[in-house]
Amino acid sequence: MKTDGDLIQVRELVKYFPVLAGVLKRKVADIKAVDGVSFDIRNGETLGLVGESGCGKTTVGRCILRLYDITSGQILFEKTGITNLKGEQLRRMRRDMQLIFQDPYASLDPRMTAGDIICEPLLVHNMVKGKEYRAKVAELMKMVELEPRMEDRCPHEFSGGQRQRIGIARALATRPKFIVCDEPVSALDVSIQSQIISLLMRLRQELALTYLFIAHDLSVVRHISDRVAVMYLGKIMEITDSDELYAHPLHPYTRALLSAVPIPDPKIDRERKRILLSGDVPSPLLPPPGCRFHTRCWMAKDICKESLPELRNVGSSHWVACHLV
Amino acid sequence: MARVEAFPVVEETKRRSFLADLLIRLVKEKPLGTIGGIIVLLLLIVGVFAGLMAPYGYNDIYVGPRLSAPSPENLLGCDQLGRDLLSRIIYGARISLIVGLSVSAIAVILSTAIGFVSGYFGGKIDMVIQRFVDAWLSIPPLFLILALIAVAGPGMLQVILVLGILFGIGQSRIVRGAVIGIRANTYLEAATAIGCGTGRILWKHVFPNVTAPIIVLFTITLGAAVLAEATISFLGFGIPPPMPSWGGMLSEAGRRYMLMAPHLALWPGLFLAVVVYGINMLGDAFRDLVDPRLRGGLGRYDRARKMIAKASTNQAGEVMDEQLKNKK
Repeated sequence: MKTDGDLIQVRELVKYFPVLAGVLKRKVADIKAVDGVSFDIRNGETLGLVGESGCGKTTVGRCILRLYDITSGQILFEKTGITNLKGEQLRRMRRDMQLIFQDPYASLDPRMTAGDIICEPLLVHNMVKGKEYRAKVAELMKMVELEPRMEDRCPHEFSGGQRQRIGIARALATRPKFIVCDEPVSALDVSIQSQIISLLMRLRQELALTYLFIAHDLSVVRHISDRVAVMYLGKIMEITDSDELYAHPLHPYTRALLSAVPIPDPKIDRERKRILLSGDVPSPLLPPPGCRFHTRCWMAKDICKESLPELRNVGSSHWVACHLV
Repeated sequence: MARVEAFPVVEETKRRSFLADLLIRLVKEKPLGTIGGIIVLLLLIVGVFAGLMAPYGYNDIYVGPRLSAPSPENLLGCDQLGRDLLSRIIYGARISLIVGLSVSAIAVILSTAIGFVSGYFGGKIDMVIQRFVDAWLSIPPLFLILALIAVAGPGMLQVILVLGILFGIGQSRIVRGAVIGIRANTYLEAATAIGCGTGRILWKHVFPNVTAPIIVLFTITLGAAVLAEATISFLGFGIPPPMPSWGGMLSEAGRRYMLMAPHLALWPGLFLAVVVYGINMLGDAFRDLVDPRLRGGLGRYDRARKMIAKASTNQAGEVMDEQLKNKK
């Protein structure tokens, strides 16, 4: 289902969260959650975004959807800038871009019924008339493999997987073109995870969706993504086709991450070299100068401490931000 | 092998509205609260039908001998002007009811408005509003009431407004706290993400999730308002005579003629105490029912536990039966 053209273009996206202190709530520092990130998402593709917790991947997703006001940079949706949209225009834009949340428990209003939750986007955007309402609810519930007769139940009467399906149906209600999946399966049981992943893949096919798939689980990302971007401390370290990344990881951080993925064969698992990183992720309040990763990189040279490596193309659309590659 | 449900499904629960559910549980689980509820219901009936129930008008003088003791004509006796005490108490119930309900309504609306703005938007707005509320709470309430009444002048409407504003500002704290409590929930962010405006989020997502504390707030304010009205009427700043306020009756007739005709102090005082006690019991019961952490041993959890215990012993029994069969 690939068509040419970029649906989302992110240019030098920066998001700082101010740290406020004192009685007067003066700004004393910035948390540099996202610090200059650029990438494109092509029409119909799924871009996986991986990284440790706190690396800014969720913030990137929220910024694209304009749930956060970005500090600087540009976001283009279908080639038009959406960075400065306000009020009514912003609300109208939300029809085309939706979000699936990580936590299926907190993201559904406990006082609403499943049907009302699913159809609220349609009401908000005046996309449904009184009579069509129930038919629309039933259609959406069937689409995510829920039984339409359960529309009158409240969220607490559903299981985690069912709740996530409600969340997905809500995101699909306005027929968006682009969906940010913010760790949609990490709160679920492994058996449910695969169901939700296949559901998302089926919907992508049927509705010609484009996903930004945020996760920290590399095997999940590999399964669903066409391309994968690896983030570390607010920066993109490596971005390339999914198969290429898993076959030939170039950035030391990516290699360390991949070496931590368990292999279901004890023999291979025992023989391969596990890269163990020392230390913790530095604070995003004061990221290290030069390459963000040099404090934990076993290959770091002097140049890594001094200058910031640019994301550069090393052939066949494989982009890496490392001096040593 | 039969599938074993993690929780035994005993019955399909009927879907009731939140308020109906609250009332049913009140009767089932809170006997003292139910008594309070009955007292409030009686007050409501007496207040509404005062005109039909009272044997005389509240200001009809010389319907019996002055300061007379209870008699068949005047069941609770008469006051210093020969007015029927029972009739005045019945009409007094109406005054308490009107003042109590109006004050609670104003207070709840005001505190909801302040609490929503302060709690939902947070930041500088919250700072400014909360410092104002701090200052307001630091002034002794009685002093504040008397000062405001002195400015507004005597009268029922003035009393209602002054008390409503007083309680409303003070209690905005509770609403604010409740709003902040649900502010962090992702479903509010989800509402933004699907394109809800702020108004819709507040009305459709925040309000339904804080109705529980607001209902409790209303009931508790009701008791406090009835008592406060009696207090300021007793001090002579409240409902002006000849309107029969229980507080006013206590001071005007009760205090002055206490030694000659003690029933003039006894009855208004008793009714006031019983009504306020009833309202407070109801409010307490509502609070317990709404807040699961405060539920007593007779609450819902106890029943649920018994149900589960029963179901699991049944299951254990079946398993044992099966094993016995296999052995044979």
